[in-house]
Amino acid sequence: MADNNTNQKTASQSEKKSETFFDKLRRIFGGQNASYTLKRPLRKWWLLFMGPVTAAFIIGFVWPFIQGIYLSFCNFRLVSDAEFIGFDNYAKAFSDQSFMRSFWYTGLFALTSLVIINVLAFAVALALTQNVRGSNLFRTVFFMPNLIGGIVLGYIWSMIFDGILSNFGTSILQNSTWGFWGLIILICWQQIGYMMIIYIAGLNAVPEDMLEAAKIDGATRWQTLWKVTIPNVMPSITICTFLSLTNGFKLFDQNLALTGGQPIVMQDGVAIKQTEMLALNIYSTFYGTNTAARGTAQAKAVIFFILVAAIGLAQLAYTRKKEVQQ
Amino acid sequence: MKNLKRVLALSMVGCMFAGVLAGCNNNSSSGSGTESKTNTGGGSGSSSSGSVYWLNFKPESDEVLQDVAKMYTDETGVPVKVITAASGTYEQTLSSEMDKSEAPTMFVIGNSAGVKQWGSYALDLKDTDVAKELSTDAYNLYDADGKLVSIGYCYEAYGIIVNPDLLETAGHKLDEITNFDTLKTVVEDIHSRAAELGFDAFTSCDMDDSSSWRFTGHLANLEYYYEEKAAGVTWTEAPATITGDYLPNYKNLYDLCINNSISAPSELATGGHDASNQFATGKAAFTVQGSWEYSTYKDTVPNAAMIPYYCGVEGEENAGLNCGTENCWAVNSKASEEDQKATLDFMYWCVTNADASKKLVDTFGVMPYKNAAASSNAFLKNASDYTDKGNYVMDWATNYQPNVNEYRAALVSALNAYNADQSDANWEQVRAAFVDGWATQYQAANG
Repeated sequence: MADNNTNQKTASQSEKKSETFFDKLRRIFGGQNASYTLKRPLRKWWLLFMGPVTAAFIIGFVWPFIQGIYLSFCNFRLVSDAEFIGFDNYAKAFSDQSFMRSFWYTGLFALTSLVIINVLAFAVALALTQNVRGSNLFRTVFFMPNLIGGIVLGYIWSMIFDGILSNFGTSILQNSTWGFWGLIILICWQQIGYMMIIYIAGLNAVPEDMLEAAKIDGATRWQTLWKVTIPNVMPSITICTFLSLTNGFKLFDQNLALTGGQPIVMQDGVAIKQTEMLALNIYSTFYGTNTAARGTAQAKAVIFFILVAAIGLAQLAYTRKKEVQQ
Repeated sequence: MKNLKRVLALSMVGCMFAGVLAGCNNNSSSGSGTESKTNTGGGSGSSSSGSVYWLNFKPESDEVLQDVAKMYTDETGVPVKVITAASGTYEQTLSSEMDKSEAPTMFVIGNSAGVKQWGSYALDLKDTDVAKELSTDAYNLYDADGKLVSIGYCYEAYGIIVNPDLLETAGHKLDEITNFDTLKTVVEDIHSRAAELGFDAFTSCDMDDSSSWRFTGHLANLEYYYEEKAAGVTWTEAPATITGDYLPNYKNLYDLCINNSISAPSELATGGHDASNQFATGKAAFTVQGSWEYSTYKDTVPNAAMIPYYCGVEGEENAGLNCGTENCWAVNSKASEEDQKATLDFMYWCVTNADASKKLVDTFGVMPYKNAAASSNAFLKNASDYTDKGNYVMDWATNYQPNVNEYRAALVSALNAYNADQSDANWEQVRAAFVDGWATQYQAANG
């Protein structure tokens, strides 16, 4: 009986591997007998299926993206009225002290939040997969902050922090250290629940037999965690570190709502926003300053994109290497 | 079952198409405002085939403007669309709306920075019928070549609003206050007896975005104005640097406001106190505000009066209110000729039609046009009374603040630190943001 099952499994696996794109569609839409009814229409009507999505992708993403890159080489006030000026915007962006400062600040923030979010999310996931009573309730509650928008969260947390800090005659807007940790607390509160769900899925997929074997071999819980569980959840770790790293770099609304870059200190005649991250820096360059700076803001945005993409891909490549085949 | 799936799949494809097409729809208005587009057609006296699109920047006036737009359409058949940018997002909305094929035909260029940025999109209004109706040239904006870029459609005044009834309860009279020393005496007396009187001197001086402009924009005007006055000039564009010579006077009045108010200085950074409400409900006798608040106070504090920013400058007994405007109409030079004509006709009608100008005056305060309805705004009456007495008008030099949002944000931050700890070192930070920040932002905006 057991043999029979295994045979069936391998058969279905090899079938899956050899199936074509159309087979897959047939399986999804029409079951086994649908080859007559769907294959022909699909060949005829593929444009109908692919067209809308492709068009939406081109209109909503590809075209604005290309236009954005073009605009970073332009002096413009309106998108439809741009004048090509070459690399000036990039030169200005790189010589902007506030941009460089926000770059390092964002890096520090992303790293700190990456570590804290993932350690805590993994710990919570581990705790909630131990057959704790009411673990479903906990999972829901931990996940919920993720459903609240960033601006709202920012204002809620600014009230909480200031409610406490006002007892000491100060506020989160007055000290860059509090601003930094305030943002970290906020982002952790928002994202731990989300990462937790991914980790729980990963933990549930760790093969029971491996855990059992480790137990029989006399491994301690600590050893089991490091030698069996973590290598097996590497795919989850890859996706979670990728998400939290890029989220950390892209953070905008929470930053805007919680501190808005305050406190601002005058250094050598330049106003430096102490808690301004990259995305907010781009935004305030675009809207806060003279419209002549819009090209510069656009150049910053392109640099920002390349940076986030490069860091994200590098991190993916690195953690992928650590993944093990089950 | 198979049919059901097929229908489901096809309907989903349909939905996707609908979504894509909806995204392409050019006529849909942006989500940031409200819109009224009425085209009854066939009305009498329709003089052109154009239409009007007014991008308004004051959310509080939106309702009235929608009414006026409807009145005009009913009367002439010319469609008038009014879209109001959400509070604080006028610049963003203008940028995106101007990019559309149906761009605003009528928008606001309110200060010299605006002239620099949008002047090239503005029609020269010189010799237009509506410009000929103006009763003063004081609120018009010109570019470097002398083109009349925008014309003031109303002006405003700001200063210190006083509740005379509360002053009397405290045993004082409004007439007592003629300069900074007398103001200080009254204010400090009221604040010291706040518990006994049941009201305080000043309303809360919150530093959040909804209130900080009262101090970083309006109150700061006294410094710029007296600097202008001492130099014997009137700014026509932002100077590259300022001296900050009158910053001690700004500090005088600022200290008086924050140290004698309902909220302690250290509570101001995140705000959350409603100063307008405090004044309207008689919890404070003074508030730093402008004439546009008249509609808020006319029923609750009917005797409210506005007095100048007394700050310890010599001769300030002859000061008047801060009068000026950022409400200036510009006409889009890139709009079609029909639309431009329709827009100019609409503007002319707004300032000459009795009913329309009455409605507009009620929301704007006063309109500087020969045939517009008279103003009922008591604060603007205060302003003209001061002028009639021969007092000097403090013009809105604050309109020249370079990169205004960034400049004020730095100032707010410095004031927050100062509010928490009123030390000389912290005031030095305020000075740096006020004076050095001006030069920095001027460089950023013009360099």
